[in-house]
Formats: sequence, C-alpha cells, structure tokens
Amino acid sequence: MTIDEFLGALDALDASALALIASASTPAELELARNRVIGRKSGELGAIMKALPSLAPEERRGAGAAVNRVKSVIEAALALRASAVAAGGVIDSARDLTMPARRQWKGGRHPVTVVIEEVEEIFRELGFTTALGPEAETEWYNFSALNFPSDHPAMEMHDTLYLGDDTLLRTHTSPVQIRTMQRYPPPIRILAPGNVYRRDFFDASHAPMFAQIEGLAVDEGIGFVDLKATLTHFANRFFGATKTRFRPSYFPFTEPSAEMDVECRICHGSGCSSCKNTGWMEIFGSGMVHPRVLEAVGVDAERYTGWAFGMGPARAAMLRYGLPDIRLLYDSDMRFLEQIAG
Amino acid sequence: MNASYLWLRDFVPFDLSATGIGDLLTSRCATVDEVVPLRQDLSGIVIGRVVEAAPHPDSDYLWVTKVDAGLGVLHDVVCGASNVSVGTSYPFAAVGTVLPGGLKIEKRKIRGSVSEGMLCSARELGLGADHEGIMALETAAAPGSRFLDVLPVGDSRLLVDVLPNRPDLLSHQGLAREIAAATGVALSRPPIPGSARAGSGLVDPGNGHRATGTGNLAPVVEVQDAEGCPRYMSAVVRGVTVAPSPDWLASRIESVGGRSINNVVDVTNYMLHGFGQPMHAFDLARLSGNRVVVRRASPTEKLVTLDGVERRLDDSMTVIADAEKPQAIAGVIGGKGSEVNTSTTDILLEAAVFDAARVRATRTRLGISTDASYRFERGVDRTSVPDLLAYATEMLVSVAGATSGEITDSSPAALAPRSVELRLSRVAQLLGQPVTREEIDSNLSAVGFWIASGAGDRLEIGVPTFRPDVVSEIELIEEVARLHGYENFSSELRPFRPGTVPDAPMHLAAKRVRGACVAAGLLEARPMPFVRTGDDSHRVRNPLAEDEAFLRTSILDSLARRAEYNLAHTQRNVRLFEIGTVFTADRDADTGAPAEQTHAAAVVLGDRRPAHFTEPRPPHYDEWDAKGLAVLIGSAAFPGADITCVPAGGDLLWTVTANDRPAGSVRRLKLDAPVWAAAAFGIEVDMEALSDALAEPKPYMPVPAMPSMEVDLALVVPDSTPAADVERAIRNAAGDLLESLALFDEFRGIGISEGMRSLAWRLTFRHPERTLREKEIQGRTAKILSALEAALGIRQRTF
Repeated sequence: MTIDEFLGALDALDASALALIASASTPAELELARNRVIGRKSGELGAIMKALPSLAPEERRGAGAAVNRVKSVIEAALALRASAVAAGGVIDSARDLTMPARRQWKGGRHPVTVVIEEVEEIFRELGFTTALGPEAETEWYNFSALNFPSDHPAMEMHDTLYLGDDTLLRTHTSPVQIRTMQRYPPPIRILAPGNVYRRDFFDASHAPMFAQIEGLAVDEGIGFVDLKATLTHFANRFFGATKTRFRPSYFPFTEPSAEMDVECRICHGSGCSSCKNTGWMEIFGSGMVHPRVLEAVGVDAERYTGWAFGMGPARAAMLRYGLPDIRLLYDSDMRFLEQIAG
Repeated sequence: MNASYLWLRDFVPFDLSATGIGDLLTSRCATVDEVVPLRQDLSGIVIGRVVEAAPHPDSDYLWVTKVDAGLGVLHDVVCGASNVSVGTSYPFAAVGTVLPGGLKIEKRKIRGSVSEGMLCSARELGLGADHEGIMALETAAAPGSRFLDVLPVGDSRLLVDVLPNRPDLLSHQGLAREIAAATGVALSRPPIPGSARAGSGLVDPGNGHRATGTGNLAPVVEVQDAEGCPRYMSAVVRGVTVAPSPDWLASRIESVGGRSINNVVDVTNYMLHGFGQPMHAFDLARLSGNRVVVRRASPTEKLVTLDGVERRLDDSMTVIADAEKPQAIAGVIGGKGSEVNTSTTDILLEAAVFDAARVRATRTRLGISTDASYRFERGVDRTSVPDLLAYATEMLVSVAGATSGEITDSSPAALAPRSVELRLSRVAQLLGQPVTREEIDSNLSAVGFWIASGAGDRLEIGVPTFRPDVVSEIELIEEVARLHGYENFSSELRPFRPGTVPDAPMHLAAKRVRGACVAAGLLEARPMPFVRTGDDSHRVRNPLAEDEAFLRTSILDSLARRAEYNLAHTQRNVRLFEIGTVFTADRDADTGAPAEQTHAAAVVLGDRRPAHFTEPRPPHYDEWDAKGLAVLIGSAAFPGADITCVPAGGDLLWTVTANDRPAGSVRRLKLDAPVWAAAAFGIEVDMEALSDALAEPKPYMPVPAMPSMEVDLALVVPDSTPAADVERAIRNAAGDLLESLALFDEFRGIGISEGMRSLAWRLTFRHPERTLREKEIQGRTAKILSALEAALGIRQRTF
C-alpha cells in the first residue's frame, strides 16, 4: 500500500465512522458502532493499521500521526454521542435543549462592498491608500483631461448622463486619477472605489449606476512589467492561484493598454455560457498612463511614468455568488441581503 | 467586425484552426469574442460505421446495412449507394436528425425493410454536387463522434471586437496582416477567380480628371467639398450584366453575415469587408447630366436612400449628386434612384475617402449606421484607393462581364510619408524592460512600419498611412509591447515606494459607520440614486426614464422606495442602511455641478428581533430604536463629538446634532404600504456636518476602586415638562458625586392624575477615594427633591 492509499483509507474511515456514530440512537447501537470502528478484534481502524509495516520507514511516522488523529476524533464523537443517547435527547426534565437558540438580526455589508473591501485589503499590502472624488463631474475631468478625443467613436464606449452643458455624472472613476495627481506629488499609489453612471437600461447585466474601482500608481522607474506583476499578484490573491492573460486593448487615457482576464471560475477554461465559451473572464482594464494625461495635470511625463487599472466589483460579486442577474444587487430585497450580505 | 476564417486564408496561408486564429488575434491585436462554425446545420450528423451490408432481398440496387453510431445498438439502414462497404465510416443521420434543407429523418420501411437513419452523400449535406454515392470518410474517429469535429467542413465566423483606435483591423486584409506578421508568412492579395491576373491592363489608372474612354463620354467628376471628401476616385465600368453572384463571391458575403444581392453590389461589399474600402456602384444611366458632383447638400434637398426611407438633408452633409440632385449621402448610404438593377449595363464605381468627423456627424443626424459609415468615421486609408479601385474593376470584369473601366481621381498626389521618433531608452522606461533594436525592427516592419533613419537611442519610424492611430512615440511603444507579446513580459513584483496620498477621511468615516450599522443588525443597500421628482438643478438632461429623471437630495428617498419594494414582496421586517452620495441645492464652486454630500441613512420597520418560542411576537421597531440608531450612526461618523437628538416639529421626530451643529434627522417614514405594515422609521445623518470631528482621544479614567450607592427616584412629572429638563435639574442639584443618571420607567394610570406621569430615575453616586455614607446620600437626595420642587414644581411619587 502506498502512503497516499493509506491516508485515503483513513479519510474514508473518518467520514464513514462519524456517520455511523451519529446514526446510533440507543446505547446498544452505539456499542456496535464502537466495535465496528475501533474494536480490538474486528475494528476497521485496526485493519487499516495492519498496512503500516508495508509503508516505507520514513513514511511511517506521518502515517502513525494520522492514525492517532483519526482515532481521537472518533473517540470524541463516541463520547459526545454516548451522553446524548443516555439522555434520550432531553437532558433536563424541565427544558428541552434541542429547542432553537434565541437569535439576533444579522447585519451585513452589501456584496459589492465586501468585494471592494477585499480588493482594498490586497492592494493595501502593496502600499495603496484610498482616494475619493465627486460623482457629478465636468467634461474636462471625465473626458478631456483623460485624453478622450472629442467627437470620436471612442466616446461611444461611454454613454453619458448629462446634468448640464459641461457637467455630467462621471462615467468612470478615472477622474479621481486627475484630481489626485492635481493635489499630491508622486509617488502616488491609490485605489479609488466609487459609483459611476452610464446611460444603460437596466437588464440582467447592465445597470445605469454601478461601482468601479480605479487604481493608479505614478513614480519614477515604474513600467508595464510592474502593472502586469501587480495585477497578476492581485488575481492570485483574490481568486486563488489562477491562470491569467493580458491582451491588447484601447483606452484613451492609457497607452499601452491591456485587458487582464482570469480563467473562467465556472468552467476552468473549457468554455461555458458564463464566459461566452472563451474560457476567460475579463477582470481589469489597464495600461500605462498616457503621457498626455500626465501633462494635463502638470506631471513631468519624461521623468515619471504611471500605470492605472479599473475593475467592476459588481461583476466580481456576481461571479463569486453565482448571481444570474445584476438587478439583484440593487433591489435591496431583504431575502437576498439576508443570504448574501457579509 | 465579422471575419471569415476561409476569407482570411485567401490573404495568408496558415495551418491554425479557427479557434487558433481567434486566440492569435486576441493576444496580438483585437479580441475575438466568439468563433461561430457556420455549418451548424450539420451539427446533428455523426460518424456511422457500416458493420454489415447485404443486398436487399427485394431490390437489385438497395443494400440492407447495420450501422454503428456509437450508441451501443446497431441501426438497420437501407442504403441505395453502390459504394457502401463494410468497415467504412460515413456521415450518418439518425432518426430525428434534420438534414440541411430541412428533411427530417424518420424511421420508415423501404421495400419491406426497416430503415432507422441515413448514410449521407456530400450533396445531401450541402458539401458539393457529388451525388455519386455516400461520402466515405477516411477517419479513425469513433462511431458517434460529431461529424463537424472530425471533418472541419464549412467556414467559421470570427466575431472580432475591433477597438476604435485600429480602423486598419476592420477588414480581412488588416487582420490577415497581423496573422502574417505573427506566423512569418507573406500577405498577398487573393487572386480573383476567373480572372487572368489582377491588373490585366484593361484598367487605366490614369490621372486625368476626365477618363478618356471610347464610345460614350464618361461623366465629369467634380469635388466641390474637398474638406468633406479628401479623395474621390471613380471608375466607369461598362458592359456589365447584373446577375446573381458566383458561388465563391456569394459565400464570402454570406460568411460575414451579409446577404448576397447581385454580382455588382457583392463586389462593392467584398471590397468593404475584404479591404476596408467602402465602395458604391451607381447606375450610370440614371445619373443625369453626365456629371458627378461631390458637394454639400442644401437644406431643401431630400433623398430616398437604399433602405427606402426618405431622408431630409442639410448643408452639414456631403452628398454625391448628379447634375440635378443628390444620389448618395457621402460615406453613409446610397440613393434608391441610382441603384444598380438587372437592366443596368454601365456603372460608376465609387471608391472615395470621406472625412471621419463629417460622416460621423451626418450619420448621427440621420440616425443610421452602416458598414460604410462605421469604417469612414474610424478612418479609411487614402493611399490604397487606386489599387483597390483597380482590383474591384478587375473583379467586375470577372464576375459581371464588364468590358471596360476608366478611372478618375480627384487628388492623385501621394501623401508625404509620415515618421515618428522612437527612443530605445523610452521603450525600456515605459515597459520596464528593454527591447532590442533588432526585435523592434523586425516586429514593426512585419506590420507595415519601417525604420526611416536613426542610430543609437533614437530611431525615426515610418508610419504606414493605414495606421492613423500612431501619431507619437507612445503609440509606437504600444506596438513594440504588443508585438513583443504581453505574455512575454515579466510578472514578478518589484519593490515600490509608498505614496504621498493619505486615506480619504470620508472613506474611513464610512467604514466606521458601516461597521456600526452592521453590528446593529442592519443590512447594507446600494440602490440607484435617481428619484421621480425634484427641482431643475437636479435634473438629468437625458434620463433613461421620466420616473428617474432627478438626482436624490436624501438617501431616505431611495431607502423608502426599497422598503416599499420589500413590503410589496410581503417582507414585513425591513432594516436597511446605506452610505452614499446625495446632491444638495448648492453648486460645487469648482465644477458647477450640484454639490455633493455623503450621507448615512437607515430605515427600520417591523420586528425588532427574530421571533423565538419565548417571544412569539417580538415588539416592533419604534422611535426609541430609531433615536438610538441616530446616536449610534452619529457617534461613528463623528467620534468624540456630542451627539444629541433635539425634538423637532413637522414631519421630523428629532433633529440630530453633533457638537450642537445640525447633522441629520429622525423621522417617521410615510410609505406607500399595505395596511398590515408596521410603522417605519428613518434616520439620516450628514457625514460632512462636522469637518473637524476627530477629537483627541479621551485619556484613561481610573476604573473606580470604591463602591457606589444607588438611589431610585420616582417623580410625578407633568406631561408639559420634558424629561430632559428634569434630568438637568437633578444633575445641577446632585453635585460631583453623581456618577450616572438613568431613566428606567414611565408610568401613567392609577394613582397618577390626568396630565401627569410617573418617571423613575436611578441615580448612582460614587466618591473616588472613600466609601459613601448612607446619611450623606440621604442628604443629597433631599437636596435634589427640594431643588426639583422649587424649580419645576415636581414631587416624589407617593404610593
């Protein structure tokens, strides 16, 4: 028997023994269970232990420890069940202790907030602080300073809700990049979570308002490799070790631009309806901050370089909880929040 | 952009599968969203192996076979093909399969023998005309395998997400250029089937304004609006026979989702999808006055376009007109009046470049988007127009029998080549790792760039005219990175310097408030901030719906709607909070937009706790819960501040103050609620009410070492005297020894006269250094009682 087979047999016994013990409802049945599992003569644990000598000497110590661990778990379960069986379920004649506990209402954060805070936590380890900015913005902050060409098809990527001739509801959190660079000198490492607005009708995957998280790093001597390394690190922390890919993309305010995908969480790359059969899920839009954006806020673009990224926490929340419809996140249905809020 | 796998292969030979090409394009230049096999009508066909075959007892030419289609049972199949042989695999359609063309296979008897399916010929599968017998497959694939998996028949359509900066990728040639560069194979222009060679000499790419044709005079072409039309070329093509396209052309058009119309129109569409050059064919006979004028439209003009819609034109639009009237809207759509039809013999074939912004403005005004306008507004290459016009004319010779072609060109002068400087040091700085000159040279030249000059760090890179996006060094650096392959860059974390930006104070405050609300059992909501009514300063100019045309000024507006939503879904118990943005009546000095504030708000209604067998009907949330939540939220928002709820009139129960400044309110919420709904309470706190909220931490006070003494006082208090006044009087009279004061009972009824109530306080006294004496406290209590009587006329309750 190999060590793997040995440990596998132990695991199987652990599970089956606990089920057997839990199903015993009289002292006699419990005794039978005890004999079958750890009885001296015909116990299943004993049968497994007979294979110990067949293991390699250096593996025996670990195997022995595993046996002891399983044995103590089983003995504890037997003792617990013995007291319950003896009491017949009712330990005190005046009180039925199987009756339910008194509960408090459970409070919780919105799933989108949970994702935002997790993202913040991971990036905090990499030196990122949190910055905020207004939701009602000017065209300059939302578009011009970010190098959006006026009257260009690129604008169609952002269907905008306008408040006035020059004022609008921000279509992305990127204006926070501009405001932060105006106010603070490099080095800059910020995360900017917030609500953004698009003129999108509500449907299963679109909402006119949704959260976005922006990231920005500006310093001397940082480049595309740092962007790639940071986002890859994030993906491995947030999703667990995972495959990632970077592919070319286009945003007016970054150049080079890249999209980062992670392997589809549902099908693990083989293709399913969640990933539209691509095997990948888009997580980040990102890129090197366009020199014209740095120039717009008076940062010396020859000396400093920067990288930026954005992600949608609502999408990440939908992935994580398997939500079929984005509207669930905004309805504030108590039944939904009781389940999901954390 | 839809691309056809086979069409791409016309431009560049490659061995990759359709998904392989999809992955290549995705990683290099444009994401392929989906690869759609176009022969889905064959998806039901499987591999069937004939395991027995015997002549039909009642027929000379039929065979009775047994077919293994991987299901574990053998199918009896009667087959009429002479080439059926035992051990060979054929495409097999089992009972229930629908063949291309719609024939559904059913179980039936043929001359008395049952047949449970069909072994198919190539023609039955729409794979060619060969009807000589069933399609013998040389395959080792297991019976039951999908036919499409075994034999890659038919084309695949790639749905390519071409981003707005890469107009050059909006054609098969453009995509093929990237494939060619990646695979190291040369890009070539597809030979025209049936044509001797491209550029056979029939076409004269002359430079004259008027083509010198023989016979009928070619029309005079005049470009009046050179700004709207930087280049206008046309070819007069005579002697065409308008007819259905040959199969190869029709299938190319259909492979990208188009509809084959006729040979002439299909050639123009072939040029659009194949080369990214929109073209248009006018029926020459229907152009009046032998003139073609590219000009602005006049506001009185109208044009019935190819889609049958009459469109009003204006002078912001460029049109192609004849001597009398517009015949096409430049770069957008042609006119019905000069449409090519079956009686057309001579055409004017247009290949032009129209101004991107003009086309965009025009098609926006008209409310249409066409394949042509899509390309023009992203940028069409000026330089390749003559070649492509010649190629298209050549194709008309081949597929429509054209006998001559004469070309005019409005601006034959070539564009001066453009170059952009690239520094190797800048490449290394931005990418974080160096890329060699040799690699840059070979990668860039593979996609049409060239090194014009340069030595050492600085290179002058020549930019092809089909790459309008490359205007400065940074775009070249993206090219270098993309062609190096994003996957080939390091992903190892390097040391970093901490930034100069502190956490936003409001972010920290929101975290504290959120924590407090969660601990209080509330659930966080993130509703939409739009409301039905408001004043004009909060109006969204282009709202999605009229009932969400305004920005909210209060979070409770949103939460009240969410509470109603829950009541409508028979949720009796609601406890929601939100920390979010509201828009005030002021204007932001900086932006002129409505000024914003961050508010925290909560709504509670229904059971205060979950029901339990010890308490089957828990009490409902009431105003005192709401008041408590207000203090909780206020204290979390403004740590160290004095949070007070001041009784308020009107709709409000209390105004919340922080260090005596108004900071929010508590109210009974009026909801559109069913009769069974419990009373709802709302709390809203302006988290920006105090800017200097973070007080110095309070120093430690020693934990008391001495015992305390407690005294309960039950007082009869008139309804008109607020409890707060009584408390103040008690505190004033009690002196330093009073440690705490707690109201613990209110009673009205027997023994208490009308208009009065009994209120009971527990007073806790403590001396920091010694044990208090009974007498001392009695004296103190007496002093308090007399002070109460003197100041407020209040007496102790007597039993």
